[in-house]
Amino acid sequence: MTPPFRWMLRRWRGSLLLRITTLTLASSLIVLAVLGLTLLSKVSTGLMDTKEQASLSTASAGQIEAERVIEASAAAPTAPSPSRLVDAVVADLASRSGSPEQFDVLLLSAVPGQLLPERGTNLVSTTSVTADLRRAIAETGQQSWMYGPINYINGTSVPGLIVGAPLQVPALGKYDLYYLFPLTQEQQTLDLVRGAVLLTGVLLLVLLGAIARIITRLVVNPVRAAARTAALLAEGQLSERMEVRGEDELAQLATTFNDMAASLQEQIKQLEELSRVQQRFVADVSHELRTPLTTIRMAADLMFEHREEFDSATARAAELLQNQLDRFEELLVDLLEISRFDAGVAVLDAESWDLGELVQRSVEIAQPLADRAGAEVDVVLMSETSMVTADRRRIYRIVRNLLENAIEHCEGKGVVITVAVNDEAAAVTVRDFGVGLRPGEASLVFNRFWRADAARARTSGGTGLGLSIAFEDARLHGGWLEAWGEPGQGSCFRMTLPLHPREPFTSSPLPLVPVGFVEIETAVRSGVHLDVLPQPPADAFRLPPRSGRT
Amino acid sequence: MSHPPESASLGKVLVVDDDEALSEMLGIVLRQEGFTPEFCNDGAKALAMFHETKPDVVLLDVMLPGMSGIEICRAIRQESGVPIVMLTARSDTVDVVVGLESGADDYVVKPFKPKELIARLRVRVRSVDGPSPSLSIGDLRIDITAHKVTRAGELLSLTPLEFDLLVCLARRPGEVFSRQALLHEVWGYQHAADTRLVNVHVQRLRSKVERDPESPEYVLTVRGVGYKAGPA
Repeated sequence: MTPPFRWMLRRWRGSLLLRITTLTLASSLIVLAVLGLTLLSKVSTGLMDTKEQASLSTASAGQIEAERVIEASAAAPTAPSPSRLVDAVVADLASRSGSPEQFDVLLLSAVPGQLLPERGTNLVSTTSVTADLRRAIAETGQQSWMYGPINYINGTSVPGLIVGAPLQVPALGKYDLYYLFPLTQEQQTLDLVRGAVLLTGVLLLVLLGAIARIITRLVVNPVRAAARTAALLAEGQLSERMEVRGEDELAQLATTFNDMAASLQEQIKQLEELSRVQQRFVADVSHELRTPLTTIRMAADLMFEHREEFDSATARAAELLQNQLDRFEELLVDLLEISRFDAGVAVLDAESWDLGELVQRSVEIAQPLADRAGAEVDVVLMSETSMVTADRRRIYRIVRNLLENAIEHCEGKGVVITVAVNDEAAAVTVRDFGVGLRPGEASLVFNRFWRADAARARTSGGTGLGLSIAFEDARLHGGWLEAWGEPGQGSCFRMTLPLHPREPFTSSPLPLVPVGFVEIETAVRSGVHLDVLPQPPADAFRLPPRSGRT
Repeated sequence: MSHPPESASLGKVLVVDDDEALSEMLGIVLRQEGFTPEFCNDGAKALAMFHETKPDVVLLDVMLPGMSGIEICRAIRQESGVPIVMLTARSDTVDVVVGLESGADDYVVKPFKPKELIARLRVRVRSVDGPSPSLSIGDLRIDITAHKVTRAGELLSLTPLEFDLLVCLARRPGEVFSRQALLHEVWGYQHAADTRLVNVHVQRLRSKVERDPESPEYVLTVRGVGYKAGPA
């Protein structure tokens, strides 16, 4: 499709006004054309019929007159010469034509080649009489007629009715007498009528178009107003309403629309209120919990410090108390964080810093955990610096979560964490080679309290909210957090951040699906371009693998 | 870890908190760590108690009946530079910033680990001891033993925390300290913590030592890294 055509199609589909106006114009054009043509054909038939009747009787009368002149000449004492006779006949007939002349007369020999004198009035040419008419007269021996052009010797020609009849001139031979009636008058009348019909048609068409436009506008404008108001409502301007005028269907539409908006506004207000109450409640509960929890915490710490002085069962109890309090606190903190996201009050505290440096720091901090799990954590930095503007605390929390998650699930097979930037985004992938994810699980890992295997014992603590919070943190930056995994092949988590918070970006600098696992289908689905899979450059900055404790 | 109660006290701590269980528990822990705790469970009486006990550190709960922790903090700051550590149940931005701007040196979010609290208190009451008894940044003279700062001979009044911050920067002039490093050196944090603490106190320090806090000449910002002692 060419662009202008596509543009017109879009206009056509997009505007009810245009469509109705065009359809009205097209249908009125057809109706007007049919009516006009019918009218014209009636008028011309009527005109021609009258003319034909009059012409035929004029011709018949002329015939009788001609016969009378010929008889009279035969009865005369001296027979006139043939040319004189013919002249007399034509002159006599022509004198009846009146002024202005209503017809011309041609007296022609019926048999071509006969050397008989032929006459005609004025400048009328014998070529006006066609062979067809001559033959018709010869065959029927009666009056015959046809419509055709009347030619003049000076080259002009007008439409006309040509009536011919055989005329016996006893002294000379067979003649045909032709009456030629110019239809100029009728033609003019018809032209006039046609012009009037056309003008009326065009005027009607324009008027109908205008009327259609005005009426459609009357209907469409309120609909447009409704659409505008609905759009404003959708944008969150809940107090927007339509103007109600009169009591017709459109007013009903506006009233119903306004009722709907009011009910929506009311419900949203209720929901907001409910969410505020709940948010307030969660915050209050957690604050109220904090003071006694602090006391418990301190008491537990005190007991833990002195556990050597207790018997073994009480000492163990003190240990358990201590450990579980840690978990309880983490859960409380995570719950509060989640409730902040849910209430939409989480704020970004963005500064500019080096993502690679943060990843290295995170790996250093997680080293004791990795050592316990017997996992080697490898850091690959694809560029020397990876500056981003983001909330360092939140991004650290994401990286720490992914890292701890990978260390927990890598089964001692090692973890590779890669950092890369392009001109619009920065990415961190955390790849492990452990249990991996079963099909469908990649979309579940970010669900709250989701566990890969419900039956599996909880070895590490974890609140079950870590990845959910990480997901929300990434989303708060306008970034992505995605997961990939294959059973037994490990998994890969990818965080992609715009270089500046909430700036749009199109692609991640790192693939989610590791090289070697890319099947065309998966690649297309996850938006990975096969030809741009990055490989670490030869001079990639690689931290030396750690084995012992730092 | 436990110190015998009869050993010299590390300092007197005024605990202002309306929760009796928490106050008592704080008392146990503080005594164990060698501090001498004093208690006040009513915000309205806190100031009188402060005058009476003359503590070395004030541990102040933000939410108190009678008078809020923020108001008490302001009132104490009006007359003394004694270190104040806030106890807060909210780590939300607003509470923390309001607390710090009302003059608190540090804050601890409930629930906290006793060791964390003790570490912060220790840093707040420790006497600054260093190799050089006096330091200078430009015409700013810092007398460490006398705990005094003068600018072109004019005596400036700094809180102990502001003094510590200035000393920390002045000890290694020209060296850039990241916010995390300052949190470690001045506040005693072991792990990554809230860098707003540093921002707020640097602003406060500047408002006292700089001639024009908008264009500082002693405490300079190094964009994207941290702070250093001038002149640049």
